Order: sequence, then C-alpha cells, then structure tokens
Amino acid sequence: MSSTLSACPLPPAAAVAAEPRVEPTPFVRVDPKSGRHRLDLVVEGVHCAACIRRIERALAKLPGVEEARVNLTTRRLAVAFRGDPTLADRIVATVEGLGYRAVPFDPSRLEGADAVAEKELLLCLAVAGFAAGNVMLLAVSVWSGHFVGMGEATRTFLHWFQALIALPAIAFAGRPFFRSALAALRHGRTNMDVPISLAVILAPTVSLVETIRAGEHAYFDSAVTLLFFLLIGRYLDRRARGAAREAVTRLLALRAQAVNRIEPDGTIRPVRPESLEVGQRILVATGERIGVDGEVVQGRSELDTSLVTGETVPQPVAPGSRVFAGTLVLGPPLEVRVAAVGEGTLLAEIVRLVEAAEQRRSRFVALADRVARLYAPFVHTLAALTLAGWLLAGAGWHFAIMSAIAVLIITCPCALGLAVPAVQVIAAGRLVKGGTLVKSATALERFARIDTVVFDKTGTLTTGRMALEAIEGGTAEDLEAAATLARTSRHPLARALAAAAGPGPAATGVEEVPGRGLRRQGPEGTWRLGRRGFAGPAEDDGIPATELWFERPGRPPVRFRFADPLRPDAVEVVAALRARGLEVELLSGDRTATVAEVARRLGIARFRAELSPTEKVARLEELARTGRAVLMVGDGLNDAPALAAARVSLSPASAVDVAQTTADAVFQGTKLAPVLEVLEVARRAERLVRQNIALSIVYNLGAVPLAVLGYVTPLVAAIAMSTSSLLVVGNSLRLQLGGRREAAAAATASARPVGAAA
Amino acid sequence: MSGLLYLIPIALFLGLLGLAAFVWALKSGQFEDLDGAAQRILLDEDEPEDRPKAG
Repeated sequence: MSSTLSACPLPPAAAVAAEPRVEPTPFVRVDPKSGRHRLDLVVEGVHCAACIRRIERALAKLPGVEEARVNLTTRRLAVAFRGDPTLADRIVATVEGLGYRAVPFDPSRLEGADAVAEKELLLCLAVAGFAAGNVMLLAVSVWSGHFVGMGEATRTFLHWFQALIALPAIAFAGRPFFRSALAALRHGRTNMDVPISLAVILAPTVSLVETIRAGEHAYFDSAVTLLFFLLIGRYLDRRARGAAREAVTRLLALRAQAVNRIEPDGTIRPVRPESLEVGQRILVATGERIGVDGEVVQGRSELDTSLVTGETVPQPVAPGSRVFAGTLVLGPPLEVRVAAVGEGTLLAEIVRLVEAAEQRRSRFVALADRVARLYAPFVHTLAALTLAGWLLAGAGWHFAIMSAIAVLIITCPCALGLAVPAVQVIAAGRLVKGGTLVKSATALERFARIDTVVFDKTGTLTTGRMALEAIEGGTAEDLEAAATLARTSRHPLARALAAAAGPGPAATGVEEVPGRGLRRQGPEGTWRLGRRGFAGPAEDDGIPATELWFERPGRPPVRFRFADPLRPDAVEVVAALRARGLEVELLSGDRTATVAEVARRLGIARFRAELSPTEKVARLEELARTGRAVLMVGDGLNDAPALAAARVSLSPASAVDVAQTTADAVFQGTKLAPVLEVLEVARRAERLVRQNIALSIVYNLGAVPLAVLGYVTPLVAAIAMSTSSLLVVGNSLRLQLGGRREAAAAATASARPVGAAA
Repeated sequence: MSGLLYLIPIALFLGLLGLAAFVWALKSGQFEDLDGAAQRILLDEDEPEDRPKAG
C-alpha cells in the first residue's frame, strides 16, 4: 500500500517558481464564533492520497495550526489557526515547499447560489427515490392483485398507503418543476415543465379521488417515478455545469493577486486590491500586472496592454499617464496613484457594457422548450377531446375523466425531459476530457447552430506572449551569447529570448539598467543587450518596438525581432472552420498593419482593426441583424461585451476574468483545436437530442390511441413510460461510443504525414 | 391481510430511517469531497513516520 502512495510524483518545483507569489495575509478571516483565523487556498497539483497526507501532516506540525483539510474534489485547502495572522505566510510557504502551488482566495466570491440549488435537487432526488421505491412496491402488489383476485378492502388499503407516501413526496420533490412552470406561465410562456407539472399534479389528485371512492386504478406510482427520473436528469445536468463553473472559478482564483500599497511612512504592505481607496499609492514591479486603475506618479516604463486593448506593441508610460488594471509592466517599476475603485473603474465600465449587450440579445429558447410550445397545447387539446368524446358517446363521467387523465399521463414528456439533459451531460463530460468547460445550459444547442465565427486576434488566434521571430545580422551563436545575459532578467523580452535559446548557462556580473537593457563587463569588453540606443544603432527614435539589440565589441550589432506568434494550429483550425462552410471574421483592437498580416497568414478575408469594445459589439449586432448566428472567440477585457452580444461565446483559459465569466465555455491549453471539437460535439449532440425527441414523441403518440380508448391502466402507463425513458437514455449513450470510434479513427489519421491533411 | 397492517408501516419506517440518514449525511457535508473520500481510505491512521520512534 505504501508503495502506491509514495508513487505519486511531486509536481515540478519550477511550476511553483514561475508564477508570481500572492500575499496570503490579506485573505485571512476571523471566525466570529471560535475566534480562530481561517484561510482558504486553492492548491494546484494535488491528485492522490499521498498529496493529501503530505499537506495535512506538514501543516499540522506548524505551531498554531488547529485544522487543515484538503478537499480533493474542489482542490481547496481550508486551514484554521490561532495567533498571528501573518502565520498565513508560513502556511503558504510550507505548502509550496512541498511542491504544490497554493493561492489564497476569498470563499465568499466562489460560493454562489449554484451549490445551494444543487443540494436542493439532491434532496428532492432522495425524497423522490424513496417514495418511488416504496410506492412501486405497493403498486406491484395491487397489479398482482388484479390477477389473483385481491379484495376491494385490501386494494383500497394499499392505495391509501401509496397516497400517504406519494402526496407529500410529490409536494416536496416537485417544487423545482412547479417553480419553473409558474415562472414561465407568469411571463406568458410555456416550457417543458408546464406539462410535466400538470401531469404530476393531476395524476395523484385523480388517484386520490379514486382511492376515496374505493376505485380500481390509482396512478401514484406513475407520478412519483416520473418525478424521480426527471430529477435524475436535472441533477446530473446541473452537476455537470456546476463542475464546469467551479473549474473556471478555480482557474481564476489561481490568478488572484495582492497589490503592494505604499503606506504614508514609506513601508510597503501587500493588500487585496478591493481594500484600496482612491488616492492611495501602490508599487508595481517589473513583470507584474497593475491591480488597479490609476495614474503613474513616478517612473517611466512600458506596458503590455494586450489583455485590455488587444494591442501588441508595448505602450510607453510616464508620470501623469493613465493606466488600467490588467496591464503588465514590462520596464522598470512604477508608482501608481489609485484613481478609481468600484464603479469608476474600466472593469466596471466593461461589465456595464456586458450587461447591456446581454439584455439586447434576443433570448434563446431551448429546443425542448420550443417543442413544448407545440406539444403541450396539442396533448391538452387531445385530453379535452377525449373527455368530450366519451361524454358524447354516452360513457359515464367517471370513465371519461379517467381516460382523459390517462392521455395526459401517457403523453407526459418524461422522455422528452430526459432527452436533452442525458445528451448534454455526456457531451459536457466528453468536452471536459479535452479541456473545454461548458458553463451555460443552452450553450451546446447554440454552438450547434452557428454559421459565423468571429475571432479576436491577440491572445486568441495568437498566443498573447512575445516570442523570438527573427535574428537579423546574426547567427545562432549570437543568440546563445545573448541568452547568457537574458537569463538573468525578468523582462518579458529577455525571457522570450532565453526561451528561444533553450536551457543554458547564465552569465555572472550582469548589470540591469532599468528601462534600457542588460550590461556585462567581460574580459574582451562590454556586452550590451537592450533597446535601440542602449545597444546597436545610436539613434533612439522613440518608437516603441518589439526588438532587442545585442552588441559585442568588434562585431556588428545583432537585432532580435519579437512577435506575438499564432497559436500552433491556428492556420489549420481556421481552414477547417471554412471547410465546414462557416464564415470567419477577425475583429481586433490592435493596429491595422498587424491585424492585416495575421488575417493574411490565416486566409481570413474579412477583418477590422483598431476597434473599441463598443464597436466590436456594434459589429456583432449588425451580424445578428442580418440573420447570422455568431460564435465569438475572445480573451481580452475589450472582448467581454462582444462575447455577451454574440449568439454563443468561447474564451481561452488565459483570458481576463470578466471574459471567462461572460463566455459560455472556456477552453484550456495553447491550441485552438478545442474550438473545432466544441462545434463537432455540439453538432452530434444536437443530432442525438433531435433523435431523442422524435423517438419519445413517436413513442408517446403510439400509446395515445390506447389511452383515448380507455385501455391504459396504471400498469400499462408504468411500462410505457419507463421503456421510453430507457430508450432515450440508451440512445444518448451513443455519443460516448461514437466518440471512442472517432478518436481511434483520428489517431490513425494523425499518424499520417501532416501534409496529407492540409 | 392483518399482517400488512403492521408490516407495511414497519417497512416504511425503515425506509424513512434510510432517508433520514441520507439527509443527515447531505447536511453534514459528507458529499462535499467525494474524490477525497475515495483517496483518504488509503491513508493509515497510525503512520509510523509520524510517531516518535521507540528505540
């Protein structure tokens, strides 16, 4: 046993070092009841029992720590301790010392109404399951009684027991459906829950009347089983989406950051960005993201604003410049005065645009609800006709009502209610394996129907990170020599250069001149690596460019040019999208020349550059007006309103928070292929959903003549309903099977040379 | 027949007991970390490395 436990490989320590540390102390809360301090951390890299034990044991040994518990499902660690709040630092250091990345977060931001609703559904499911089992037990006795001549007294006695279990259970477990049906009716719509609620309420009511009259047939079991099946579908569906949302919030929490506030006495104190006030000053180091909207007080530097505006060329800033949260400091450190908090920030402005775009977007009606709009009036009319027909034919009131109710029960869209969630759960499960998290309920249906794909450029089609593009006037030897200097710096261009050169030695005695470059006094003279003017050509034209010059004594200067490279499979994915007959468009906030170049390389004919967030939204609404169903893929702050305006939206996991929370789905990894996969899975899911709906309608309609003629007894209803549900679930499982066959086919296909595919 | 009079209530009571146990488990957070529970069963309560070594 111990060998299995110790087999857990520790995550590489490099992963811990690569990300900036987040100060945990601002996240410590005091539990008012026990007076203990509480700290919640998201922990990356835990995946087995050994990890749990390692972390919990190590923390338990720290003095003051009273409780430490890892939740493996949510990858969270809850610690309770007494004493100084700064113990949080040691807690994080201990966990990171074990090789896991630990980031503090505020649990109130992560836990929403979702978890409560999921718990309620599970409770309803348990009650319905209990009732279904017990009522069915009694119902089977009654059915057997029909054949062996059970007496009326026994039958009524058993019916009363069924009523005793079923009525409270339905009143309790049916609430999610009743609520949704009521809400729809109040807005003058119908959805699938209306006919479901009607059947679930009418069946036991009529059965109760029958029981009081000591009648022969009671439908308690049908109503309860129906509820049970539907709750299973609904619970699984919510869980799948809850897990996706959970994963997204976890990814976001991992990027939480503290800002360094400069206190009046000059000391630096890490605090949470939310606790800042207008007028306070913060210090932002090289390679750090600015946490607030503000104004530069001191320092000249360059900013990477690509996540905010989509622009790839670094922007120079000087005292007095406005800066926005989310921009990355490339040059020397900056002192920034907080100019806005809360409602006044650029983020709040963007959130308002997102909300406005969401409101203007026409409401998407789920396929099941569209079917319900036709189906519900149809079956209700049919039931009324049955009642009228039998009355006209001279049958008694009792028989006519029972037949009408039988029509309602047999046509109850039980399988219809399962048809969609069953497929969606399986589809979402498949996508999660590929790293795509589908967050919203009708997203898959919307993905399946799109005809236009709109991409953002920076960070979506491109990686959003600078990489070495060309060496001008030099060789690989120059790169290697320059890299020995570059490896000592945290500047993004220096890092890109070091990454291009691969692992190697770092030079000693390197001096960093902030905002200019790196210098090293060597035996044969001074080596310089830096911006134009510091190394290379003397003239500094002031134009910010993504380049580094490298100069060694006695040799011509070498120019390293950097660019934001395309995602590795961007060309193939865009070509594949077009091959499927989809229109591809590019909307970017970056300069025209850069955007045109990317569009040319990807073969995208329609592109627009230098767009503001509102202009992006306007373009998407224009597309929607011309009848286009648009998928928007974007990652920046400036894309968020456009993501909300599109029919359906997708965002990479590297995107800013507001883009990820707005998007319908989030994909992970450096490749763009998930876009294709989502569309493929969504289309197959849509096909299966349609098949399922057709199947269950045909099935239900087949049983209708029996019900109209009065042949449907509770036994027949029970058999008919469970077989149709099984049929639908069985058909949905084909999505899983088909996936495996396809994966095998894809594996053989990818074994062929790449050229054959293009 | 008269047996049913008390047998069914007993069966129902036992079923309710199960339901109550489930509701308790749900409320007390037993379903919060299903993956963790599956792994924790592998942990020994008395790990030798943690005990003070006797001799």
